[in-house]
Parts: sequence; C-alpha cells; structure tokens
Amino acid sequence: MARFVARRLLGMFAVLFAISVIVFLIFNVIPNSDPAARIAGKNADPALIARVSADLGLDQPLPIQYLTMMKQIFTGQLTSYAKDRNVVEQIWEGLPATFSLCIGAAVLWMSLAIVFGYLSAVHAGRFTDRALTILSLVGISMPVFWLAAMLLYFLSFMVELFPTGSYVPLSENPLDWAYHLILPWFTLAVLFVGLYSRVLRSNMLDAMNEDYVRTARAKGLSERQVRIRHVLRNSMIPIVTLFGLDFGMVVGGGAILTETVYNLDGVGLYAGEAIRSLDLPPLMAVVMFGAFFIVLFNTIVDILYAVLDPRIRLGEAAPA
Amino acid sequence: MSGVILKVDDLRVSFATEDGVVQAVDGVSFELTAGEILAIVGESGCGKSVTAQTLTGLTRATNARITGSVNYRDRELNGLSDHQLCDVRGEQISMVFQDPMCALNPVYRVGDQIAEMIRAHRDVSKRKAQARAVELLRSVGIPNPDRRARHYPHEFSGGMRQRVMIAMALALEPDVLIADEPTTALDVTIQAQILQLIDRLNRERGLAVILITHDLGVVAEVADRVLVMYAGQVVEDATLDEIFYAPKHPYTWGLLGSLARLDQPRTARLVQIPGAPPSLLAPPSGCRFAPRCSHVFEECTVLPPLESRTGGMHLDRCWLDADEKAHHGGLRTRGA
Repeated sequence: MARFVARRLLGMFAVLFAISVIVFLIFNVIPNSDPAARIAGKNADPALIARVSADLGLDQPLPIQYLTMMKQIFTGQLTSYAKDRNVVEQIWEGLPATFSLCIGAAVLWMSLAIVFGYLSAVHAGRFTDRALTILSLVGISMPVFWLAAMLLYFLSFMVELFPTGSYVPLSENPLDWAYHLILPWFTLAVLFVGLYSRVLRSNMLDAMNEDYVRTARAKGLSERQVRIRHVLRNSMIPIVTLFGLDFGMVVGGGAILTETVYNLDGVGLYAGEAIRSLDLPPLMAVVMFGAFFIVLFNTIVDILYAVLDPRIRLGEAAPA
Repeated sequence: MSGVILKVDDLRVSFATEDGVVQAVDGVSFELTAGEILAIVGESGCGKSVTAQTLTGLTRATNARITGSVNYRDRELNGLSDHQLCDVRGEQISMVFQDPMCALNPVYRVGDQIAEMIRAHRDVSKRKAQARAVELLRSVGIPNPDRRARHYPHEFSGGMRQRVMIAMALALEPDVLIADEPTTALDVTIQAQILQLIDRLNRERGLAVILITHDLGVVAEVADRVLVMYAGQVVEDATLDEIFYAPKHPYTWGLLGSLARLDQPRTARLVQIPGAPPSLLAPPSGCRFAPRCSHVFEECTVLPPLESRTGGMHLDRCWLDADEKAHHGGLRTRGA
C-alpha cells in the first residue's frame, strides 16, 4: 500500500512535468503569442518590445524561461503577463466557487444516476426503463453551453425563478449560495447522470445473472435486499472508477463552460480568460492545477477500488 | 420411514426461445421423505438443475413457463411470489450450488454473508448472528472459524468455500438441503470430504437432501434413492441398491457401464453410450432415449414409454419386458 502510493506520487510528478513542458512548447510555437508585442501596444517600436521582453524575462533561452516559471509556480510568485496579478493567488481565490460547483454537481449526478440506473435495471424493458433511457440519451446529447443558455433564458430571464448566475460565498449566506448554484449544478450534472445511469443499468443487469445473486435469493432475502446489497453494491465498483476520473476532470477544468455561462468566479472562468488573452502564466498554472487533480483522483480511485473489491490488492502481482 | 415432506407432481418447465419452445423439464414427479438423501442423476442438460432450482422458485427467466405442483408440507410452492417464498428459502429449503467461487458474493466477508441470512429470517443482533456464523463454520469443519469468518471468499480454497456454502445453507436448520452438483468443481479427495459432511448432517440432524449430480460415484457414496433423468424426464426411480444391482432402464445400464471400475480387469476403453442427448426443442417422439438405445424396437419410436412399477417403489419407463430388464445391467460384484 505505502509502496503503491509512493509509486503513484512519483508518477504524478512525471505527468505534471510532461504536461508543463508540452504546454510551454505549444505556447511558444503558436503564432502571435509573443506577450511582449501585445503588452507594448499596437504601434510600439522594436526597442520598446525588446525592453518589455527583457522585463518579462522573455529574452532568456527557453529552458531557463521554463525553469523560472516552474519555480515561480511552486513558490506562489507567478504573475500574469497581461494583468500583472499573482496567478497562484487568483487560482486560490477561484477555488471556493469551483469546488462548490463541482462537489454539489457530483453529489447531484451520483444520486440521480444511482436512482435512475437502479430503476432502469429493475424495470428493464418496461416503460420506466424506456422513459429513463430516452431521458438519459437527451441528457448525454445536450451541449453544456446550450443547456446553460436555455436554462438561464427560461428560468431566470423569462420566469425569474432563479438568479442569473454569479457566486455567493457559502460563508456569506448558505441559502443564497445554494440558490445561486442550483442551475449550474444541474447543468454540469446532466451529462453525467445520463452516462452513469446507463453504465449502472447494464452493470446491474449483468450482476443479476451472477451466481451469488441466485445464492442471495436462495438464502431467503427479500427482493429489495437482493437488489441493493448484492446487485447494486457489486455494480457500483466500475461507477466509482468513472466517478473518480470524471470528478478530477471536472475540478481540473471540465467546468470551464458552466462557470463561464453562469459567471461563477472559479478556476474555470479564470482559465477561460487566460486562454482568450493567450496569457501563459495563468494558463500554465491552471493546466498544472487541473493535471494535479486528475492524477490525484486517479490515485484515490485505485485505492478506493481495493477497498470496494477485496480481491484487488494494490502493488502486488495478481494471484493466478 | 417417516412422512413425505416434499412432493413434486408433473413438474414442467419450458423456455420460449427464438428457435422455439425448449421443454427443459417434462413431467417430473417424485417424493422426498424426511431424512432421506435423494440423488437426481443425468447428463448435462437433462433438466436436473432446472428441476432443483424450480423447487424454490429460482427459475426466474422471463421466458420460462412452469406448470405442475411442488408441494412442501401441504403448501403449494409453485406460483408463489418471491415475497411469499422468502420464508421457505433458506428457512425450510436451502440450496448449495455447483461453483462456490461464484456462489458467494466476492465483496463480503463470509461471516457477514452467513449472518446476513440469519438476520433476514430471525430478529437477532448482528453480534449474535456473527457468533452463530462462527459456530456454523466450526460445525462444517473449518479450522480457526473465528478468524476465517472475517475472510473473503477468494481467501478460501474450493473445498473450504463449499463448506462455507453448506454452513450457510444450514444456518436456519432447514428440513431440506438441495445440493446442485456440490462436488463437481472440487478435487476428488475434497469431494469425498464434502460428501461425508453431507452424509453426517443427514444422519445427525435428519436433514433431507436432494443431491443433483452427474457422477454415479457420488451417488453410490451417499444416496438412499436415485432418480435417473434423461432429456427432461425421469426414466428410472429406485433405491440405491436397485439402481446399482437391478437397474431396469437401458439408459441406467449405459450410465453404469461407463463407470470406471477398479474391481474389474481394465478394458482398453470405457463403454460409452453412443450418440448425444436429443435437442429439447424437438425431442424424438416415443421414448427419448430410443435413438441411442441398443435395445430399441418398434414401439419405442412411436409410443411414449410404458411406465411400470415393480416392488412398489421401483419405477421405470421402458417398453422392454420384465424378463429382459431383469437380465441386463447392474454391477454384478456381490457374488452374482
């Protein structure tokens, strides 16, 4: 177990290193990306551009620039080219909104997916199942930006049922916090509810044919106990894997669209701005932040997997 | 002998498939007396497992059609809902399945799986149910039951897992144990241990057992009475001795002939029954064994076989006349 975690941490650094190098290189080869030229203004003379360049350290060779940037990220001193603000601080400020959005949406999508998947599997082939199948296909097919726009238009502009977005800190007013987040939560969760309930349905249908389910029935357990304790419990293992990966992904940048449309001051919104203005330092920091969470949740999933399925032992060769 | 506790009458199970109706069990009738070990023998696909599972309503495929009667202590079980069957399953009729690896849920500790069953039927605390589980594990010969109860199924060997299954099946002291090929997945030595265990429980607790198997060796070891099934039908129903020493049906002769025997000179090959069991989609008219039978004559292929009873209990379905039946088959080792 300890060895497993150690190996995973080592792997995490390798991944972060590779990603940062790639992002850095991409940024340096795309056209019109020289920040000095843009900061210096439209009709700046070459001397001014050179001076800005020197100020930002952009006249150094690439490896040096890279190392400087990494050092600044990890010491929290990285500043943006465009706005001259501390990048790490800004990400830090965006965390509450992003986590509020992602955790809330995750709770919503997991609970709905379990309920829908369960009902679908139990009523397989019948009306409930078909209705839920259609519903989840609709959910999977709707693009987030469109859904968000529609919800905003109908539920907060036409009917004024919900606020039009923006984030209210939890510490300020918990009720308002939730009220402002209902639409974003729903928007972000819809896709996953569709996907997960489909996966859970098919897992459950497979599990229902397992011998141990027959045993559970032969033991005289009620149908409910059989379904929940034996069928559902064993079908949840793959769902947890999916969840870990997707949650890492959502925290690490997958919520950009939702945050942008609902104007939530989170890391995603910040990332969106950084991409629009081709601002390398925030971009780099956000990418590292995202990659960190994805790798982190991958590791958590692997550990959880061993907890959920006792046959899996971490860091050892599988028994024959 | 004490009374009949389970009476199966004209049980029929068919499955509607794309190719037609498969008649997996076709008019099976038998009685189980308290304290008896009844073996149901036959080749793969002869309907013995389906019969066993249908007894407690575990044949659940939506395309299955079940008719006939399963009468347990004057209570009709066929047609009851899962809910109504809950207090029969496990409490009165328990089951042990073929592959103990798959039959135990891999994600729960074995002690918990046994305790779960106890708590489903009795209003006892978790701790008490656990203690009972440990006691049960000990009674089926699992060493260190305290420690082993906290282990997961994959940490047990095949034989030990089957012991766990049996311990679980006995948790509520049922009347009837249905063991569906309980030793098929096990080594021969382990097989003998499991059979001895079943035999011991039968003698000590008066547990009635329905033992489903394709292995006559298993039958010989423990059974009191034997039901021979072929293509969904019972072809012979007799006591153990009658089956082994005075069998009447050519299919039973064939099964006995194909036994590997240590008490006789080794022949080059074991005798086998030629051909393969018929498709249950379109079984042959007349006797289903006729196409493979070396004693076949005209009636066999046209008319359903004659059911005859001799000596009260010995039933067979075959057109051969009594003399011919008496002449054939059987293991003639007892000075015959």
